[in-house]
Amino acid sequence: MLKMSLKTMLLAAVALTVGTGAASAGKLTIESWRNDDAAIWKDKIIPAFMAKHPGITVEFTPTAPKEYNAALNAKLAGGTAGDIITCRPFDASLELFNKGFLAGLNDLGSMKNFSDVAKSAWTTDDGKTTFCVPMGSVIHGFIYNKDIFAELKLTEPKTEEEFLATLEAIKKNGKYVPLVLGTNDQWEAATMGFQNIGPNYWKGEDGRKALIDGKGKLTDKAYVDTFAALAKWGPYMGDGYKAQTYPDSQNLFGLGKGAIYAAGSWDISTFRGQKVNMGAFKAPPPAGSKDCYISDHTDIGIGMNAKSANAADAKVFLDWIGSEEFAGIFANALPGFFPLSNSKVAISDDVAQTFVSWRGECKSTIRNSYQILSRGTPNLENEMWNVSAQVLNGAMKPEAAADQLEAGLQKWYKPHQ
Amino acid sequence: MNLRQQASAFAVHAVLLAYTALALAPIILVIMNSFKERKAIFGAPLQLPSPSTFSLIGYDKVFGDSAIASYYINSITVTGGTIFFTLLFGSMAAWALAEYKFRFNTFLAIFLAIGIMVPIRLGSVALIQLIAQLNLINTLTALILVYVAQNIPLAVFILSEFMGQIPKDLREAARCDGLSEYNIFFHIILPLLRPALATVAVFTMIPVWNDLWFPLLLAPARGKQTITLGIQQFLGQYITDWNSVLSALATAIIPVLILYVIFSRQLIRGLTSGAVK
Amino acid sequence: MATGSDAGLMGMSRASYLRLLGFFLAPAVIIYSVFSIYPLLATIFSSLYLRQIDGTYVFNGLGNFVTLLTDTTWSVSFWNAMKNNFVFFLIHMGVQNPIGIALAALLSLPQLKFRAAYRTLIFMPTMLSVVIIGFTWQLILSPLWGISKMLLQAVGMGAFFAPLLGQESTALITVSLISVWQFVGIPMILIYTALLAIPDELADAATVDGLTQFQTFFFVKLPLVIPAIGLVSVLTFVNNFNAFDLIYAMKGALAGPNFSSDIMGTLFYRTFFGNQLQLGDASMGSTIATMMFLIILLGVMVYLFVIQRRIQRYSF
Repeated sequence: MLKMSLKTMLLAAVALTVGTGAASAGKLTIESWRNDDAAIWKDKIIPAFMAKHPGITVEFTPTAPKEYNAALNAKLAGGTAGDIITCRPFDASLELFNKGFLAGLNDLGSMKNFSDVAKSAWTTDDGKTTFCVPMGSVIHGFIYNKDIFAELKLTEPKTEEEFLATLEAIKKNGKYVPLVLGTNDQWEAATMGFQNIGPNYWKGEDGRKALIDGKGKLTDKAYVDTFAALAKWGPYMGDGYKAQTYPDSQNLFGLGKGAIYAAGSWDISTFRGQKVNMGAFKAPPPAGSKDCYISDHTDIGIGMNAKSANAADAKVFLDWIGSEEFAGIFANALPGFFPLSNSKVAISDDVAQTFVSWRGECKSTIRNSYQILSRGTPNLENEMWNVSAQVLNGAMKPEAAADQLEAGLQKWYKPHQ
Repeated sequence: MNLRQQASAFAVHAVLLAYTALALAPIILVIMNSFKERKAIFGAPLQLPSPSTFSLIGYDKVFGDSAIASYYINSITVTGGTIFFTLLFGSMAAWALAEYKFRFNTFLAIFLAIGIMVPIRLGSVALIQLIAQLNLINTLTALILVYVAQNIPLAVFILSEFMGQIPKDLREAARCDGLSEYNIFFHIILPLLRPALATVAVFTMIPVWNDLWFPLLLAPARGKQTITLGIQQFLGQYITDWNSVLSALATAIIPVLILYVIFSRQLIRGLTSGAVK
Repeated sequence: MATGSDAGLMGMSRASYLRLLGFFLAPAVIIYSVFSIYPLLATIFSSLYLRQIDGTYVFNGLGNFVTLLTDTTWSVSFWNAMKNNFVFFLIHMGVQNPIGIALAALLSLPQLKFRAAYRTLIFMPTMLSVVIIGFTWQLILSPLWGISKMLLQAVGMGAFFAPLLGQESTALITVSLISVWQFVGIPMILIYTALLAIPDELADAATVDGLTQFQTFFFVKLPLVIPAIGLVSVLTFVNNFNAFDLIYAMKGALAGPNFSSDIMGTLFYRTFFGNQLQLGDASMGSTIATMMFLIILLGVMVYLFVIQRRIQRYSF
């Protein structure tokens, strides 16, 4: 009886282990946080690749964005991550490369299709090694509902004054939420708020580089003014915006209940799916500005797990990601992610075209917390989420927000000490 | 029954009914709205689905896009396996600790008790590396091993208490009859432990079935996802599509509720077995 | 614990006695040591190392603990999480457990009709995943769906609608109450069990003495279930200081606004695994995990050596 039960137990254990299956040759899995785009990868991008390379199967296995970094780091540490790793820009991926989790990709043929600027987000500090193929950048701005603008006889605001006047007019009308933005999840406050309108205040790359070399401080007028501008948004942000999550915002605008949406260009495809008649305008510069600046952020790259059992195939795939063919598919299947390669890609989506057209009118910059400045504790990006949300909530004064950011940076960053 | 008693009985039912409503309302709200079309979900969330608002579009997506059946099979395998091995190994250890004298008895009891207090989640990174070295990543076996390790301490703790209640004469008589220690445990003690085993099974089942963390880290691959992980990922993907979101939530809730209603008598008996006199 | 007799072991050789012990103990002890104790020790071990800015680790003794408790970069977050965790715990003690006791008292009334149905239905939320519960409540409280607003308007209190999950003053309380809502079934069932164990004669005698049912409960039964209440309290403590999922599901890893809903579990997660641009820091993460371990240990000790001892003197 006893022997029997032991035997059954063993059998059960064996049965459970069957079908484990280590990664087999010719099969690649992709780690990504873009679960919104899962269908597009499955239906468009991967079939296009497999048509060219029939011997290789590719599977897209996304993790929700908020778990992505944690789950990926844990899986890499355990040696169980997929062959292809979608790369966050700058330090998060640099750390993975330094730890030996990401492979260097200098020898990849298609790397020549990218400019140094495009590669900078995934290159070591000494500029010698690039470890991810740049895929796309995202541009910030505001998306608006054309039908509502027509109904209320509004035009695209060109300056900050006009922007506030437009919001006031929508609020007076009372039918729609003037500005769709929530602070529950915090990151939108920093990303769609602070980083969206800020470059006009801190003069884009000039201001960003000054912060890095210590010539500029976050307590400078430019940053206080950015927060002061954000602080004016609260009254226009809809009932209960403090508990409004990112999906809530997407739904609010998608359902036609909101007039203006503080956007990242990647939202375009979400709203296309909801059939919103939309247009876009860039962050309206404050009075007296001569030039305009936009946040045109290198946001997404793709690299190879250094421990991939299938490195040869992975490189074939990555080489294809760097190709013109991929750039074309990517740009049009996911309007709002703009390819970083030098190849000329025709973008068919008109709102995406509007976003990209700003590159000709204004100077581009990336988000100022991403390079170098978020390497220490307290983490600048986290702090920006926190204080931006508080400023929008009316719980913190602009000066206090700027002070907190600078104090945090001073704790660990030499050029600011 | 006099008037006063009637009044107080009424008051008791009023309180219990009110609380029951509070406990169920959110669940009902989700299930109800999952059967409605998008406009009705947002327009009139508190109304029951009517012929004009009824829609199964969310369920089409849930069942079309995700491998619900495999999620359930995986969850049942993991939970069932965990319960089986936790009960078996836990009761064996509890028996040895309660019955036999040896030098490290007290030390072992305390050693095992540590696990009641500390969540293994705190050791996730080492655990992942260990599971990877054993080549068990993306297997349900990995999940079962971790969950058994997590649940053994409480099982040993509860079962030891019960062992103490089993009359000594019973064991002595069996020994006089010449039964081996193994037979005494498997044929006499184990059957007597049934109510306690039910208690442990319930305490093991709920957190294992609902865990998101270890499936995410140890077995996230397609085909190995448990229902909680599968639904969570589905929610992430369709977060703005409330038909799908509500249907996915309902799909995760309804079978648990059905099973729960079927087994609630056993379950409550398991939870209250301490009171069985 | 070792209550056993040597009777059954007479005539057994030392070798076969050891084999016997090995057979019964080895599976549990091995699985538990390998998959639970070893990872935990590894965690405590790495709390003694310090992460350098270049990503390497050096031995730091108890330095990380000093940093965590005294350096304002860390200590502000740590003490904030600790304070919030105590608020979280106190709300459970002050709301969940009294409601659980009250429900148990009602359910254990003699001649109550539909007892099983109530018991089953009230326990239902406890069965569901925290992920699902968190998501469901977020929908209900969402300003977009507006259910809570509608309900308030229906009773003429529309003006009281507030984004409960989004305000610094209410976020933690709201999340705590949702957790209470989900887990009230556990104290209810445990106390109910203890109430059932009280001999009927005791209550009958009290009734004969002219006590009302309410008085009987308060003066006769409640003192007798104090050990069960003690157990419920320590379980609540352990679970609350391990909590993570619900706050993470509803408020994210930064547990806002302004960390007002941050508890030890979310602080640990954020530190250990990182966030958007924050890199995971295994040593400080492990340090926080070790502190959590110590807090829980302390709580359990207080229970075992202070509360349980006192109680035992009065219990039957």
